[in-house]
Amino acid sequence: MSDRLPPDDYVPGIDPIEPESAPVLAPEVELALGDTSPAQATAVVEPELAGAEAAAGWLPEAEVIETRGTWTEVWRRFRKDKFAVAGLVVIVLLVVTAVFAHWIAPHNPLTQYDSGLSAKGQPLGPSHHFWLGTDLLGRDLLSRLIYGARVSLIIGILANGFALLLGVIFGIVAGFFRGWLETLIMRITDVMLAFPIFLLAIALSSSISHPGIWVLVVVIGIVYWAPMTRVIHGEVLSIREKEFVTAARLTGCTNRRILTNHILPHLVAPIIVYTSLGIATTVLFEASLSYIGLGVQPPTPSWGQMIADGQPYYTSAPWLVVFPGLCIMVTVLAFNLVGDGLRDAFDPQQRRR
Amino acid sequence: MAATAATLPSPGAAPDDVLVGIRDLKVHFPITSGVVIQRRIGAVRAVDGLSFDVMRGETLGLVGESGCGKSTTGRAILQLEKLTAGHVHYEGVDLARLSGGALRRQRRRMQMIFQDPYASLNSRMTLGHIVGEPLLVHKLRARDERVDRVKELLNLVGINPNTVNRYPHEFSGGQRQRIGIARALAVEPNFIVCDEPISALDVSIRAQIINLLQELQRRFDLTYLFIAHDLSVVRHISDRVAVMYLGRVVELAANAELYGEPLHPYTQALLSAVPIPDPVVEERRRPVVLTGDVPSPASPPPGCHFHTRCPAMQQGLCDVDDPVLTEIRPGHFAACHLVTATDYPKIRSAEDTAASTVAAPRPDDSAAERGTS
Repeated sequence: MSDRLPPDDYVPGIDPIEPESAPVLAPEVELALGDTSPAQATAVVEPELAGAEAAAGWLPEAEVIETRGTWTEVWRRFRKDKFAVAGLVVIVLLVVTAVFAHWIAPHNPLTQYDSGLSAKGQPLGPSHHFWLGTDLLGRDLLSRLIYGARVSLIIGILANGFALLLGVIFGIVAGFFRGWLETLIMRITDVMLAFPIFLLAIALSSSISHPGIWVLVVVIGIVYWAPMTRVIHGEVLSIREKEFVTAARLTGCTNRRILTNHILPHLVAPIIVYTSLGIATTVLFEASLSYIGLGVQPPTPSWGQMIADGQPYYTSAPWLVVFPGLCIMVTVLAFNLVGDGLRDAFDPQQRRR
Repeated sequence: MAATAATLPSPGAAPDDVLVGIRDLKVHFPITSGVVIQRRIGAVRAVDGLSFDVMRGETLGLVGESGCGKSTTGRAILQLEKLTAGHVHYEGVDLARLSGGALRRQRRRMQMIFQDPYASLNSRMTLGHIVGEPLLVHKLRARDERVDRVKELLNLVGINPNTVNRYPHEFSGGQRQRIGIARALAVEPNFIVCDEPISALDVSIRAQIINLLQELQRRFDLTYLFIAHDLSVVRHISDRVAVMYLGRVVELAANAELYGEPLHPYTQALLSAVPIPDPVVEERRRPVVLTGDVPSPASPPPGCHFHTRCPAMQQGLCDVDDPVLTEIRPGHFAACHLVTATDYPKIRSAEDTAASTVAAPRPDDSAAERGTS
């Protein structure tokens, strides 16, 4: 019995209590938890207290101890994941390519070169002049892919940003303020999630006569806000019940302050993770829509549309399908790797390696 | 229906000694069914008719089993739960009537220390921001004085003030609890609800936090409502103790009175389940073993909530009438039909108090069933 100390979550009433005759303990021993022998009581000394007792030694002039912030920590953990870093490098390269497409592309992506077609009028394979070959109209495939990256990234990032904006607003309103508004928003979300989203996107974009990049951004945003709303709603629900939010309310914080200082910072991690994964999905979604002709309209190059154009000729001119396909795959993979890496970096408990 | 709504004066206490007055407090959580249209099909009566006063400068211990409504009571007093019925008066102001800015201003006087030091600090804020936020919100200090005040507060609770730019994850559980205490002190409160402040801490750190709380109480004339399920801690820190069972207070008395001569059968059972750190005494005594489980607060039994498990239960009285929390002796309140000024059901075995006789081992002693679930 004597070495049995109460565990943290023991049930009430079984905690030891001093007998009536117990002598008054010395002040520095004071509360004797567990069974009390003087030796044991003095053993209950904790290194932490050493700091407290040294209070006099804290000089006001002493240097304020700086610390590594959350972001430094996240970056440190992210860096350890080689695949995620590789994904990040690919994304950076893609972004650079898309931004500086004008300078990087060896040819004009829209020019139909006479030298780009064989004598029989067929597309040319990769050569030292057209590195990745030409397409059916004699346009340089590499240049078109480079400009296509621009389309994919713009749509991937903007459409996701749009979905994110809607998702965060609806998710926070539903999760934080609750009430009938929550019921309304979440039931609409359920309906949206039950909808076949690809069909919805087809219906939306086919009802517009000339779907361009911006229309696609809006369409994809409308299609993808529901999953984002659900994620944010769930996160807000769990955060608002945390004790630090209660503490903030108790210290007199207004709802606005609680939202901006206590809830939003905790949403950053899930938002970043879901966005990076969402961009991958969106790039694929854009490619699919363009493939069936409802996405970016020719002559603007888009990877999905290029696959669709080249598909009938994949036996005679496989590069028309292979290179855009590779581009989509590498981009999606890169965003997924980064998303996974970020998720692990933000959540130290979930380490796999 | 429930405990008395009348005032419960303490012996010799003037009315203005009452800091927090709780009258007929009820907090019921609805049980609903249905997805789109929610129907109310019942209620969990977490707190079901509480009345007691917290005196200025005292530490009132609130003990009871898990799920008896202790924490809900603490949260309801601070208006963190919506009251189903009843009033909470703080220095005469009915808090339940306040809202918005008025409530925020009133909350400056009341703070809370939380159970889980890992959940009660925002992991994305530095110490300076955590402890400084209350100052900012209530405009207690000018911008340039704020950091100094934060350092002062940290120093007060035994945290190196030069760590203001650090994050909570760099501190141990005990240190985090100290930081939580500093945050609570920032608004210069009078009344602090300590919601099991040491339950989540390592045993070796508990005493330190208790000592810190006592020292702060002396320095700043704080009043504590100390919620715990640890009877020895409550005994150590409290001036008076209230025992809760299934959403109600069954006994309320000064520390020595309650631990010395508990009147209510439940309190007796609870105290007898506490092991005595003396093997000789522990060998002899027989704890009162309650049978059965705590009834569900969603459907509490009629009459006295405790009658289903009470060894002294009287048919036709205890299972019909609600006992009222009444002052049996000066300052000693109990809610039991069988307790009178001169007599009360003694369900504790004699061996408990008088260690002179050796108890014959009972057959069910080996069952190791304690008085509580």
